[in-house]
Amino acid sequence: MEIVQQLVNGISLGSIYALIALGYTMVYGIVKLINFAHGDVFMVGAFIGFYSITVLDIGFFPALLISMVACAIFGVLIERIAYKPLRNATRIAALITAIGVSLFIEYGTIYIRGAQPEAYPSGLVPLKSIELFGVKISGQSILILGTSLVLMVLLQFIVHKTKIGKAMRAVSHDMDAARLMGINVNNTISATFAIGSALAGAAGVIFGMYYTKIEPLMGIIPGLKAFVAAVLGGIGIIPGAMTGGIVLGVIEALVSAAGYSLWRDGVAFVVLILILIFRPAGLFGKNVREKV
Amino acid sequence: MAAKTQLLKVENAGIRFGGLKAVSDVNLELKQGELVGLIGPNGAGKTTFFNLLTGVYVPTEGSISLDGEKLNGLAPYKITKKGISRTFQNIRLFDELSVLDNVKVAYHSLAKHSIFSSIFRLPSHFSGEREMEEKAIEFLKIFKLEGSLHEKAKNLPYGQQRRLEIARALAANPKLLLLDEPAAGMNPQETEELMNLIALIREKFDLTILLIEHDMLLVMGVCERIYVLDHGQLIANGTPEQIRNNPKVIEAYLGEEVS
Amino acid sequence: MNIFKQAKFFWTSIVLAVVFAVIMQFLIVGGTLNQFYVNTLFFIGINIILAVSLHLIIGVTGQFSIGHAGFLAVGAYASAIITMKLSLPFPVALLVGGLAAAVAGLIIGIPTLRLKGDYLAIATLGFGEIVRIVFLNIDYVGGASGMTVTHLTTWPWLIGCVVLTVLVIVNFTNSTHGRACISIRENEIAADAMGINTTYYKVAAFAIGAFFAGIAGALYAHNFYIIQPTNFGFLKSFDILIFVVLGGLGSLSGAVIAAILLTIISTYLQSYPEIRMVIYSLVLIVMMLYRPQGLLGTKEITSFFKGGKSAKGGVQHGSKNTVA
Repeated sequence: MEIVQQLVNGISLGSIYALIALGYTMVYGIVKLINFAHGDVFMVGAFIGFYSITVLDIGFFPALLISMVACAIFGVLIERIAYKPLRNATRIAALITAIGVSLFIEYGTIYIRGAQPEAYPSGLVPLKSIELFGVKISGQSILILGTSLVLMVLLQFIVHKTKIGKAMRAVSHDMDAARLMGINVNNTISATFAIGSALAGAAGVIFGMYYTKIEPLMGIIPGLKAFVAAVLGGIGIIPGAMTGGIVLGVIEALVSAAGYSLWRDGVAFVVLILILIFRPAGLFGKNVREKV
Repeated sequence: MAAKTQLLKVENAGIRFGGLKAVSDVNLELKQGELVGLIGPNGAGKTTFFNLLTGVYVPTEGSISLDGEKLNGLAPYKITKKGISRTFQNIRLFDELSVLDNVKVAYHSLAKHSIFSSIFRLPSHFSGEREMEEKAIEFLKIFKLEGSLHEKAKNLPYGQQRRLEIARALAANPKLLLLDEPAAGMNPQETEELMNLIALIREKFDLTILLIEHDMLLVMGVCERIYVLDHGQLIANGTPEQIRNNPKVIEAYLGEEVS
Repeated sequence: MNIFKQAKFFWTSIVLAVVFAVIMQFLIVGGTLNQFYVNTLFFIGINIILAVSLHLIIGVTGQFSIGHAGFLAVGAYASAIITMKLSLPFPVALLVGGLAAAVAGLIIGIPTLRLKGDYLAIATLGFGEIVRIVFLNIDYVGGASGMTVTHLTTWPWLIGCVVLTVLVIVNFTNSTHGRACISIRENEIAADAMGINTTYYKVAAFAIGAFFAGIAGALYAHNFYIIQPTNFGFLKSFDILIFVVLGGLGSLSGAVIAAILLTIISTYLQSYPEIRMVIYSLVLIVMMLYRPQGLLGTKEITSFFKGGKSAKGGVQHGSKNTVA
């Protein structure tokens, strides 16, 4: 039953990746930008959650909500200040800017509050673990899974059933045509950043609860892995990001279970390179060729 | 002119993207030294057909052969070396390179000096580069571009860019030259100059030319034979006179205008 | 370009470089230059090699690679194994470092160079991380605690390698092979249609760039007494990338100047690493917003002395493909 236990761990970790990957994939789908700073929004979310809980003395769910709102605003600010002026620039310029923003957030945070890590308070929510078919599933895992699932369902609802969701899909399909149809492209892009960043903020708080330790450079590796997850599922495709995240989490858990936990971080990148070589459009994507 | 031997033979060639048949069942033959037009309404698959000939796309059916040698599945640069060279509908020059360097790139496959000899500046590097440079300058004179050898390609006026693209394609030493709407965006005077130039190079280099053109009148004027493509299939083939009176062709074009 | 003029320029540069090297050698041996300046000088030399080698891949060939620290790591570890484990002389280590990195370049380049733009960038980033994690997990090279390495990098070796790197890459770029690479950067489809074996040249540029990054790695390892996997994370890759971007994509002299300037600046900010990174990142963002072509754009510094002759270079500006 060890393997089932590992699977549960993998799915929990994977759903955190999935939450971050959603932001990557939505932003890439709409402005074709790898938002390297997304992992750092996740970090900022973790810290906002931490300060909300310790300073304001509130519970997990209010802290989650505050973090999501703050990250949404933060994401929109990043987009408006750094990315919007570059919308017609070269891809390379946009990518370099994203790297710059990412470094700025990381080291800006260190400059402001120092590099020392913080420990998330435990026992925020009364958690009971349950036994299912002889496997003990920790309350934390259930909480993570539950929260992620609720957020993903909410996202699906927003994207498919609301006006802003329709606008987002239209803009990602063809920005110019959407503009001609009277869609406010700038607001739609900002909304995409807001939603993606809110999810990353939520992921940050959940991550903090699960791993208890947070620090200013914590966003780099999960951010990159979430990007791998997005590519794995097919970048720009929302269900792809969810699946990709969970698949990646499970693969990592299995590698750890097999006794290669030091190689765990490498596996994600091996997966990335393999998928890029053999199926660059991802599991759910279609191949698109350059027009000649 | 020498006896007309067959140069290009296309048999039942086609390509599908997923379920969509972009081009299918095309049969086409070109004889040495011919100037042939390929016309058809927008979206008929003309450029896709060029992409099949040049290896940008690999045909999913049929075969293409040049001088009896099968070309299916070869990489584009290999097909160029076999003797098919092209221009692009939307000009694709090497913008940041000079006019001279644009042509030199096309001479690259003739270069005899290795990377090693260039890095260590061995004598073969200097002789090879000098030969390429002299050839390229000679060549550009034919196209009246010798006045702007060191100009960046992107800074040339539009008409000259079109001419440079043809010059570059010719420098790759093709047996068959494919021109994709060479007169697009040109005024009537420029178009006429271009047509004269095409006639000149055909004579001088003993070329076979396949020309895509949207403008029917223009094609009728210069081409000896014309193929008509519609919805990815050849619907007619013959002399300009035959094409002009072919009811299928008229329908294809009128149909387009009506819709 | 006149070939004889080019040759004259070439020899003048060589003579100047030799004179500079000899003068510096006397200053260093004589102790006129204090240790702080000597260290900075060595940093600058290694960074120039890294910047110029990445310039060949990104600036000339237009392949956006952001895992250059991976090649640096391969060169550093391979050379350290040669001197520390096998007790072979330093020149062998330099060569092996370069060759090992070039092989790594081939292994990663052949499958990934089919990818374009963002995807290639991410794949190379992933490669850099894999290299780091591999070294982290090999006990033979010390795992996380790294390897101690004897100080063997001397000024003549350093300046020799810098000059060699610049010469090789300048000579490569100013030849039909370099033009083939530039044509790939400018328009890959047209390059292919003109008979250029695009895969071959992309891989060649990648391998040559990796080779010199490997040499830089050997110099780096034998300059710092210790190498650890953490020295070669993607922050290092970004450092190198910043040289190339800041100098101007497509400009070799721009990359060199940026490497010199930024190395000096970061040496002075050594005690404030986070301020250094905040400044770096701000410079990067502001640069992309207001001067995306970098300091020199596509020009070379020499073109300013020759009366505005057009230099080779430039980035392909995300051309919008019209519907065919």
